[in-house]
Parts: sequence; structure tokens; C-alpha cells
Amino acid sequence: MEAVLLGLVLMLSIFLGFELISKVPATLHTPLMSGANAISGITIVGALISAGAELQPLATILGAVAVMFATINVVGGYLVTNRMLSMFKKKDSDQSGGQA
Amino acid sequence: MSIELINIWYIVAAALFIFGLKQLGSPATAVRGNLLSSVGMFIAVVVTLFNQEILSFQWIIVAAVVGAIIGAVAAQKVAMTSMPEMVALFNGSGGIASLLVGWAALYNVGNTTFTDITILLSIVIGGVTFTGSILAWGKLSEVMVSRAVVFGAQRIFNAALLIALIVCSVLFCMDPAVDSPYLYAVIGLAFLFGVMAVLPIGGADMPVVISLLNSYSGLAACAAGFAINNNILIVAGSMVGAAGIILTNIMCKAMNRSLANVLFSGFGAVKQATKVEGEVKPINTEDAFLILEAAQSVTFVPGYGMAVAQAQHVVRELGELLEGNGAEVTYAIHPVAGRMPGHMNVLLAEANVPYDQLIEMDDINPRIDNIDVAVVIGANDVVNPAARNDENSPIYGMPIINVDHARTVFVLKRSMASGFSGVDNPLFFGENTRMLFGDAKESISSVVAEFKG
Repeated sequence: MEAVLLGLVLMLSIFLGFELISKVPATLHTPLMSGANAISGITIVGALISAGAELQPLATILGAVAVMFATINVVGGYLVTNRMLSMFKKKDSDQSGGQA
Repeated sequence: MSIELINIWYIVAAALFIFGLKQLGSPATAVRGNLLSSVGMFIAVVVTLFNQEILSFQWIIVAAVVGAIIGAVAAQKVAMTSMPEMVALFNGSGGIASLLVGWAALYNVGNTTFTDITILLSIVIGGVTFTGSILAWGKLSEVMVSRAVVFGAQRIFNAALLIALIVCSVLFCMDPAVDSPYLYAVIGLAFLFGVMAVLPIGGADMPVVISLLNSYSGLAACAAGFAINNNILIVAGSMVGAAGIILTNIMCKAMNRSLANVLFSGFGAVKQATKVEGEVKPINTEDAFLILEAAQSVTFVPGYGMAVAQAQHVVRELGELLEGNGAEVTYAIHPVAGRMPGHMNVLLAEANVPYDQLIEMDDINPRIDNIDVAVVIGANDVVNPAARNDENSPIYGMPIINVDHARTVFVLKRSMASGFSGVDNPLFFGENTRMLFGDAKESISSVVAEFKG
């Protein structure tokens, strides 16, 4: 039963993903991709549990390395997306500043 | 914190991801969308730390600090031209993380067969994503040859590889153990498969590969979610997986090729295009300036060559001068221009081009007849009329920006070499085409100097 419920969640999320993304204009495809990429770093949640659960030394090491890679993915992904997006400006707001 | 409470917070995080992705759909709200999504991630991480299964924190802290520093430094340092490489590397780290999470999940006691299968999936998809992304990075940064690498028995070899991978996977699932030799075999074969999958894909097809790898990294996280029975991984991972598939599909459509065609055949290996004969009409910067000065409407058509020449800033400067001169200035961007979806848009945004001047292919083509001057900078295949006219051309049928319909076309080009796909371009010999030879950045700079002087 558990597997069936998870399968239902999977199906709904895939449809939701399709719905959300197909409306994004081409201008934003690169930040969209790196933003989505940052979300895929959600695997950090699993990594944290493995690294902290003290099952076996090897499992802890695997988990810790996973935490490191997933953190690179998450932190780097969000920061670089933000850096890109803050460059997109509308014509009139050119003078109003924003980050350099 | 109880598991129930943690799961409720995960729902909050998932909702934030969804709103975040939704707001990424418009330039006006995108910054906030990304922020919302990162808040969701922060919540997910923090509540996970309250999970009672987590007993020790020293490894977590060390690993997270190291990862955060690497990620932050990389994100700050990377040049916008190198964004495809950066995204490939981030993809790869997500992939390897999912592989390791799946592997570590083998140490959990009481796994069912279903769990073992999903563990295996997260290892395989994560491994393919990892090496595939590293190879994509190598091709994009030109650490290795970026063209399609094809050898004789490639298909047979790949088929054998796939069969071996499946056999080892089945053998592993029949007797899943942490020290099973089949586990190492599966990891090794998945790594090899990632390499073999990206090897035959040429540089011009990179937008497709990057999108696809992005999708895989989501699916790997999703499989890891099944492996450790965690809802938020499944929800977030599968949304990313779906997003990547959509982008892949958009990229394939923009090249008029099927995904299978991109993945399995080196570009243009089959057909020989009709040889183009004719005379090119070179132009110098002074004459180019005179024509541009008289133009009422100018559209720039950038390609990867603009990124290579780092010409985006001078292009924007020229655009502003033309506007000051009373011309209507637009930037027409083909969906697969550059090395990842939307690559050109980011470069022009970096150079302070307002996003309302960035026009998509389908919006510029109906009115390109009324454009006085189309300036092609470092683009080739995406403006090649052979895609429309020449049935023998390897890119026949690919939608292009019809610059040859504009009143005058300037093509900025280093020399008369053919484009990335190695296809001749009849545009260069067109009646209304003028070739401006030389480095794109220098050529534009001299035109700018003419305007100022």
C-alpha cells in the first residue's frame, strides 16, 4: 500500500512539473534549469539522515560525502540562479539600481 | 520532532518549491520565486536535522560547511559564458549525491525487494548523471574534443553494456547485500554508461544533453526518495525530472530532431548537403556604420560565437547608440542558440539589455521582412536558409530565424569556415548579405567608434 501511495505522489508531481514548466518563456530557460537543478539537490535530506544515523562507519562516510555533494548542488544552484535572475531587468527600471 | 511533524514541514517545503517554480515563469517575479524555493529547501534541511534517527552531527557539519563553501565560491566566480559548464557540474554533484544516498540506504535493516529495486535505480541513474555530466562539462569547457565521438562498434558495445548493466542489476536485487560484488559492478557499469551516452553527442546538441541530465538528476533524487521512503525527495525530484523532460522536448523541437536522433547519431553523418557556390560580398566597418545609421529597425541575432568573442557588452552599446539614433532595436534569439537553453538571454541580460527587447524566434519571423538590418553575430546553423530550402541538408526542417528575409543582413564572422555542424551556409552568398570579417568584438567596437566619432 505504501508503494502505491508513493506512486500516486510521484504521478501527481510529474504532472505538476509539466504544468509549471511548460509556461516558462524561453528567456528564462537557463535560470529555470539551474533553479530546478538546485531543487534536485533535495537529495541532501536523505544524505543528512545517512550521515547522522550511525549505522556503520562506511554508511556514515557515504552519507557525509553525499551531504557534501548535495550541499554544493543546493548552495551553488540557488546562488547562481539568483545571480542570473538579478541581471534580468525591464527597460524602465534600468536606472533604479539593483545589484551590480 | 516526530516523523509526522517532520512530514508536515516537508509538505510546506514542497508547496514552496511549487510556488517557487511557478514564479520562475516570469522575469518580474523570478527572483522571488527562486528565493521561495530556497526557503523551502532550508526548511526541509532544518527539520530533517530534528529527525531522531540522526545521532551524531560532526560529519554532517564538516561535510555541509565544505560543500557550502565550494558551491558558494563556484557560484560567485563563474562567468556567465561558462554557465552551461557550471550547471553540468552542479548536475553531476546532485547525481553522485543520489548514488551515495542509495548506496548508504543498503545499510538500513529490513529493506523490502521494492526498496532494493529503488536503491538500485537511484545508484544507476545517479551514476549515469554523474559521469554524463562530467563528460558534458569536459566537452563544453573544451577540456576534451567537443565534437561527436563515434567509433565503429559503438552501438554493439553500448548494447552489450546495457545488457551487462541489466544482468548485474537483476543479480544484485536477487541477493542484495552491502558487500555484493554485483553492487560494485553496477556502479562501475553505470559510470561507464554515462560516459558512453554523452560521447556520441556533438557540441551543438549540448542544450539537449544538459536538459536531459537535469532531468536525470531529478529522477535520481526521486529514486533515492523511494529508497529511503521519503516523500519530499519524491515530490521535488519528480518535478525536476518532469521539468528537464519538457526542456529537452523544447530543444529537440527547435532542432526538428527526435530525442533518439540526438542521442544515438553523430550530427550530419548521413547526408551530404548540396554544395553552395557563389560570391561573398565583404563590407568594411565604415560602410556598415553608414547602413546602420540609416536603418529604422535593427535586430541582432546572437549565437555561441558572441559568447566566445565576449562581444555582448559592445553589442549592447551599439544597440543603445542605434536607439539613440531613432532605430527600433531588438534581439532575436533562437531556442537552441548557445550551449544551453536560454544561454544567449542570460549573456545579454548580463550586458544590461532589458528583457523586453529579447524576442523569441516565433515572434520575430512574421515581421522580419520589415527589419532594415539583421546583424548575425556568431550564429550560423540557426540562420541557415538551407534548413528551409535544401532537402539534402542535414539540418533540413529545423526552424530558423529567417534573417535572409530582412532588407539587409550583416554576418559577423571570423573567416569562411562552416558552422559547428559543419554545414555550408547559403546565407553568406545571399543577394542582401554583407560579410563583416574579423573578431566580432573588434568589428562591433569599430562600428561603435564610428558612431561616436
